[in-house]
Amino acid sequence: MRFARWGKQMKHIDEYRNRDLVNNLSRKIRKEVTRKWTIMEICGGQTHSIMKYGLMQILPSEITLIHGPGCPVCVTPVEMIDRAIALGEYPEVILTSFGDMLRVPGSHTDLLRVKALGGDIRMVYSPLDVLDIAAGNPGKQVVFFAVGFETTAPAVAMAIKEARKRNLENFSVLISHVLVPPAIEALLSSEDNRIDGFLAAGHVCTVMGTYEYIPVAEKYKVPIVVTGFEPVDILLGIYRTLQMLEQQRYGVENAYPRSVRAEGNRAAQKILGEVFEPTDRNWRGIGTIPISGFRLADGYRKFDAVLRFNLQHMESEESGSCIAGAILTGQKKPSDCMSFGSSCTPEKPLGAPMVSSEGACAAYYRYNRAAIPNQRN
Amino acid sequence: MARTGTYSLQCPIPKSEHEHILMAHGGGGKLTNQLIEKMFYTGLGNEFLMQGHDGAFLPAIKGQLAFTTDSFVVNPIFFPGGDIGDLAINGTVNDLVCCGAKPLYISLAFILEEGFLLEELWKVVQSIGNAALTAGVKIVTGDTKVVEKGKGDRIFINTTGIGQVLPGLNIAPIRCKEGDVVIINGTIGDHGISIMLTREGLALDSPVESDTMPLNGMMQEVFKRQPDIHVLRDPTRGGLASALNEICQSSGTGITLFENVLPVNNGVRGACELMGFDPLYIANEGKILVILPEEHAGEVLAIMRSHDEGRESRIIGRVTATHPGILHLETTIGTTRIIDMISGEQLPRIC
Repeated sequence: MRFARWGKQMKHIDEYRNRDLVNNLSRKIRKEVTRKWTIMEICGGQTHSIMKYGLMQILPSEITLIHGPGCPVCVTPVEMIDRAIALGEYPEVILTSFGDMLRVPGSHTDLLRVKALGGDIRMVYSPLDVLDIAAGNPGKQVVFFAVGFETTAPAVAMAIKEARKRNLENFSVLISHVLVPPAIEALLSSEDNRIDGFLAAGHVCTVMGTYEYIPVAEKYKVPIVVTGFEPVDILLGIYRTLQMLEQQRYGVENAYPRSVRAEGNRAAQKILGEVFEPTDRNWRGIGTIPISGFRLADGYRKFDAVLRFNLQHMESEESGSCIAGAILTGQKKPSDCMSFGSSCTPEKPLGAPMVSSEGACAAYYRYNRAAIPNQRN
Repeated sequence: MARTGTYSLQCPIPKSEHEHILMAHGGGGKLTNQLIEKMFYTGLGNEFLMQGHDGAFLPAIKGQLAFTTDSFVVNPIFFPGGDIGDLAINGTVNDLVCCGAKPLYISLAFILEEGFLLEELWKVVQSIGNAALTAGVKIVTGDTKVVEKGKGDRIFINTTGIGQVLPGLNIAPIRCKEGDVVIINGTIGDHGISIMLTREGLALDSPVESDTMPLNGMMQEVFKRQPDIHVLRDPTRGGLASALNEICQSSGTGITLFENVLPVNNGVRGACELMGFDPLYIANEGKILVILPEEHAGEVLAIMRSHDEGRESRIIGRVTATHPGILHLETTIGTTRIIDMISGEQLPRIC
């Protein structure tokens, strides 16, 4: 792989971390706001940016940011982790996954421990790399643990399609892909919903476009603003949401046009439609949301690791003291949790939000725990 | 970067009837002897190593000694800017420097995997010889063990070093005081990212080379001219963030870093954006953090900048009493956040 003219691209990123632009947007937000508003950023990547750049320090007190369920590792249900652990323990299996999944606790253990005890578990950066592992290990079963939102799903779909083309009989996928719009709808339809507006995840919309969000915004009369990940992007997203709220408008706006087009990436959507079909999914800490995830479509089911290894019926149990559900739905902040920073730390996580690089608890712990007044550390 | 070019041992591999390491190379018999005489004596020989005893007899050293050990398991063993050989010397030399010592003697132990190419071992040995010459240290004793194929990963190296602590120096984390400044001698994250990019087969237009190099030359001059240094630390595994967090915790003082002056080269920044890493947590192998009273900063910076190893030296932070035990970052946009110790392993087998 080669990345041309990286220097220029880096300058492009610097512009979105520019202090003057940030201050300018912060001033505009302060001028615009007249009452209290609660805005949820859906994506865990945005949560981390907000904490990393300390953006809450420059927002007026009227604006409360709450952190959404957009952390794929966090919402992957415990039974899926247990299945991955079971696969990792099979001597004939090479289990591959993105790095974050390795530390998430299942019912009794996690993948890192399975690896330490001899399981062949490998971290990969791309699902396509897994095909080479499968081709190079014909005597082994190679499974990819596919978690994530619409952003990572196209690469997984491509790998599966390619595996079929290359007749890789020893390749399969443990699918736990979930979708953003049904999750937003689940949050909005909840009785104790207190979210006034949403920052939608820019990367997801780069793939899927913005059209899926229009019916949700209209049904629940909320502003949904597609937002990027750099400080200037996030403040712009907040400003646009605030303008809509103050002007009592609702609908979908795009504050990340340098990456997102209304129709999204058609080629990616096409391959998603070919390899996957929508299905109900269980979200860790939240429960089952109808038509909120992907499973393999006809013609690709033979790559389903759950079927191949007969993993349909596994008993799982959740840790009692983790309030991940309340965190992931924005009902509570990590600092509201009795276990935060004491019995739950990144080294000994009780739940996934403390593990993942996109988890809200990990973001608070890493960037801001000293500022939390009720810290019991 | 560490390639000073002053010394060069570009000899062909000493003749041997074998191409690969065999179990017998570690067996203590003829093959072990051949390896020692043809390769190690040729590549590394000096009056102490050539004594040929079980250990080395060294002259008495006046004053306090510094003593350190480090093992090297880096994968891949050859990477842009260096290899496991010079890394093993520079790492131990720099640990001694951080004790305020003049590095003198180093022991060298290999764990080799059966089947490892002798030609590659020779490359590593030459690199060790060059690094030792550059740093002015002597390899005085060593050991070689061989493990069965599949029980190791080509080559592991342990080095242990002895240095003479320079009189008048008192380097200790506890001496970190409010008002001190934090200096670094150049860009951060180069070593870890160079390894990462090599391992993943990624190529950037701005190439990233490991910064492995010995820092004793530059630091001896600092010690001589301005001994009032409070703390020294080489930010290796865990990067700048972990090194400074350790200092905050053991001294009970706080440190604030200024993001807008942190030196990070474009290749490292690009790779970090791409892979989701933070340069603050990436390993360095030729960097030193110098914490000292602000009034000496100008003088020390001038000395450091007069050496190749420190051309880009600058003040990157300040010691404060306002957040004891905690490392803060003042971000480019003017907000602050804490920088925590790294949790888990960001990049395994980096050194």
